[in-house]
Amino acid sequence: MTTRWFGEKVERREDERLLRGAGRFLDDAGHDALAVAFVRSPHAHARIRGIDAGAALDVEGLVAVYTWDDLPGRLADPLPLLIPHPDLTHPRTQHALARGEVNHVGEAVAMVVAVDRYVAEDAADRVVVDYEPLPPVVGIDAARSAEHLVHADVPGNVAAVTTQELGDARAAIAAAPRVLELDLAMERSLSSPLEGRGVHARWDADDGRLRVRTSTQTSTGVRAAVANILGLPDVAVEVVTPDVGGGFGTKVVHPYPEEVLVPWAARLLGREVKWVEDRFEHFVSATHERGQQHHVRVGFDDDGTILGLQVEFWHDTGAYAPYGIVLPIITATQLPGPYRHRHYRVTFTSLYTNTVTCTPYRGAGRPQGCFVMERTIDRIAEHLGLDRAEVRARNLIGPDEFPYDFGMTFQDGRPLIYDSGDYPALLARVRELVGWDGFAAEREAAAGEGRLLGIGLACYVEGTGVGPYEGGHVHVETNGRVMVATGLTSQGQGHETVFAQIVADELGVDMADVYVTTGDTRRFPYAVGTYASRAAVMSGNAVALAARAVRAKAIRIAADALEAAAEDLDIEGGVVHVRGTPTRGIPLSQVAVLSNPLRYSFSKEAQAATQFAAPADPDVPPVSDGDEPGLEAREYYSPVRSTFAAGMHAAVVAVDPDTGAVDVVRYAVVHDCGPLVNPMLVEGQIQGGVAQGVAGALYERMAYDDAGNLCNASFMDFLMPYLSEVPTPTIAHLETPSPLNPLGIKGAGEAGVIPGSACLAAAIEDAVGVRIDRMPISPPELWAALAVRQPDGSGAGG
Amino acid sequence: MSEHAPLTAADLHEVVVTVNGVARAARVPARRLLSDLLRHELRLTGTHVGCEHGVCGACTVLLDGEPVRSCLTFAVMVDGARITTVEGLAGADGELGPVQRAFRECHGLQCGFCTPGFLLLATDLLARRPDPTDDEIADALGGNLCRCTGYVNIVRSVRRAAALAAASTPGAPGDPDRRDGPDATDGAEEAP
Repeated sequence: MTTRWFGEKVERREDERLLRGAGRFLDDAGHDALAVAFVRSPHAHARIRGIDAGAALDVEGLVAVYTWDDLPGRLADPLPLLIPHPDLTHPRTQHALARGEVNHVGEAVAMVVAVDRYVAEDAADRVVVDYEPLPPVVGIDAARSAEHLVHADVPGNVAAVTTQELGDARAAIAAAPRVLELDLAMERSLSSPLEGRGVHARWDADDGRLRVRTSTQTSTGVRAAVANILGLPDVAVEVVTPDVGGGFGTKVVHPYPEEVLVPWAARLLGREVKWVEDRFEHFVSATHERGQQHHVRVGFDDDGTILGLQVEFWHDTGAYAPYGIVLPIITATQLPGPYRHRHYRVTFTSLYTNTVTCTPYRGAGRPQGCFVMERTIDRIAEHLGLDRAEVRARNLIGPDEFPYDFGMTFQDGRPLIYDSGDYPALLARVRELVGWDGFAAEREAAAGEGRLLGIGLACYVEGTGVGPYEGGHVHVETNGRVMVATGLTSQGQGHETVFAQIVADELGVDMADVYVTTGDTRRFPYAVGTYASRAAVMSGNAVALAARAVRAKAIRIAADALEAAAEDLDIEGGVVHVRGTPTRGIPLSQVAVLSNPLRYSFSKEAQAATQFAAPADPDVPPVSDGDEPGLEAREYYSPVRSTFAAGMHAAVVAVDPDTGAVDVVRYAVVHDCGPLVNPMLVEGQIQGGVAQGVAGALYERMAYDDAGNLCNASFMDFLMPYLSEVPTPTIAHLETPSPLNPLGIKGAGEAGVIPGSACLAAAIEDAVGVRIDRMPISPPELWAALAVRQPDGSGAGG
Repeated sequence: MSEHAPLTAADLHEVVVTVNGVARAARVPARRLLSDLLRHELRLTGTHVGCEHGVCGACTVLLDGEPVRSCLTFAVMVDGARITTVEGLAGADGELGPVQRAFRECHGLQCGFCTPGFLLLATDLLARRPDPTDDEIADALGGNLCRCTGYVNIVRSVRRAAALAAASTPGAPGDPDRRDGPDATDGAEEAP
């Protein structure tokens, strides 16, 4: 019987080392490296008049202090603009160390290198920076008013303005029988992985090679940037991603200043150098996301069918825009959700502010888009006195309407075309799962006991598996081990496990014989990175294609050795054998020997491949034209466009009217990411995503004051939920395959977080009858809104 | 100390601790954190540092049997103490212990960075309460942060660990999906 690993709840390969405390995270190596601490700006906006490091020089154990003036060549230039876009008319990126001006609290001003981190911080404390404060621009309102400018040469603080349109939304709304306008907002948050960022670099002067270990989501991206900025040949730079303690988006930014400064210092000093981000640094120098304000106009008919939708929104990109306008593009293009739109117009303005730069945080613009679309539908239902689920049902794209083309451009520059799905089935399932239809009675019963219950629902579609490509390398060694490499990185998703499952199936070997390496440029130099729920789709298909190629080669070689027809051969349990005759076979380890013609044997088994071992056709070269030695293959998967996963969340909440506290009573998730490679891991992704969604709805925000100080830059004040705050979601799956890739899979990494704010806002609003127009909402805010609640239900929502 | 007085290497203090049953000695400055002693002097890097201000609990170790935040403990304070870190949770035969096995079975970890702290809290809980109720699990683990799992599978893992640990005992607790132990109400009355 053939074991099939795909679809099984296989325990993770990663866990053994992680559970023993034998993981290799960034700070688990390089114990003898010099340590780095940064002098960071205490001002949101200031000119630097001078830097005096004199007092630091007295600190015993200090090795060096660097400022922008010390940086050579391209290291002195602004860091790369990662994703240019024609509409990004005023791109600004930061310098590795501030050049004369700082634009947010936390911006790196000087780099201190010392014998250990304690000494480095002692010295950093003694670096005196003379600042001339400038008026800060904090928040979207201040940026829009443009009373002050973040960058003197960026008028109106505007980085970019973009419009996309399907049909003619303004005309459709003008002609619609009913029109509503809404203002909706979401605040800033941050990824906040338990492990912060970190970089360790070693310059090998003998070999002329630089090895960089960095806690990143893209090792190949870091490598290209470091080689380019430091003027080194690409082949002289190795970037290795160790075990990474969570990323959630913020670690896809590269190079962060530290990722070029630490390697530069290591080479300059001829010493290993390491920097490990502390928690305060993470709050003020790792990127944030989510801050957006939206204005909606929607036209619809008497049964709730949307006729036209016009959205204008303002995106807070923070001090710089290294990631271009990808976030607002994602909001703009994922906002339509699972609904049929004939006329949709979206315009956004990306604005600079004197706060930490914004780049994707799990969900990446989708939570805002989902919030806008779902709040809009709830308002349509309220306006018409219709059931909210029913209005959704009337607008859903039907299962027979795929591929569904929006005539817009998605975040990857490719057409926005939904590939597959069954949205009505998702809605039916989530209604059932949460008890939507029986809820009125439940609410009434609770009200009798003095409890305020409410129910909410939110739907989303998520473009996953974006290109341009990923690759996979599969190599069967002569010892029978199957070594697999792919270039993208892992931050806890379990890639070593799922890619091993896929390869084991495709190749016909036991999963225990498959060893997967990710994020190591020495093993796989071409890759993009881990973001946008793309790893399983991209690298999963790439390693599957590589395994298929190896399988074909193994069967070809084994056919010769067994004197059998290739089409009669199969591979099971690591043995190529004649179908129906299990005894007539040859193990893959021996096929690997035969794949590599030898002059010199290295083992008894390897003698079979030497030149006098067996008669061969004297007119055919040992390695035929077009063939290569070795039982290995490298293949790439490059999709024409993204796949689109979808899901719906529903929640029941209880609100305490005396305190404004919100208790999530039930949380139901229905999710469709195509066939599940490992259901246990997909559920883990959803559970973690839901926790972050609830966190973003009820707890987490970046509390900037008007001066641009981040007032909650610690785990004491930033309310990341503990076990006691997180619900246990009930999860159901639909599996609609994607027609776009060989495995039919779609991504699952971000899904859980996307509808959290939309779903909980709807449930809270349903419980208390006060409009919730901005998220997150805290108990004091909800309490205040309840206190001024008007009889008609129009309160000071949020 | 004047602002420009030279800072010099502080006096070093001898610290002798028994870590996972092995006596270890180190000479450290007074300000060296226990987490840094473990990680960088003793090279036991399984103990992770997530916030260095005592909130996340990733750095939790057992100090004379009690869970403590090693990032809030100075190394010089533990002279003569017994410490258990994640490296000490495997059995004498090198096999994973019941808490570790349960976390693997129940997918109680993703990135694995917070995991050592949770493993030690669970180990401590099960030593005190072999068949804990859900409330007791929540109380025991409720002070540590995890960003990946949403805690669902961490709680399941602790239930499962109780079952694995008691597997050889008659009347072992049930499976990980069991909500509350049979002694849910009685247990709350007992002293921990």
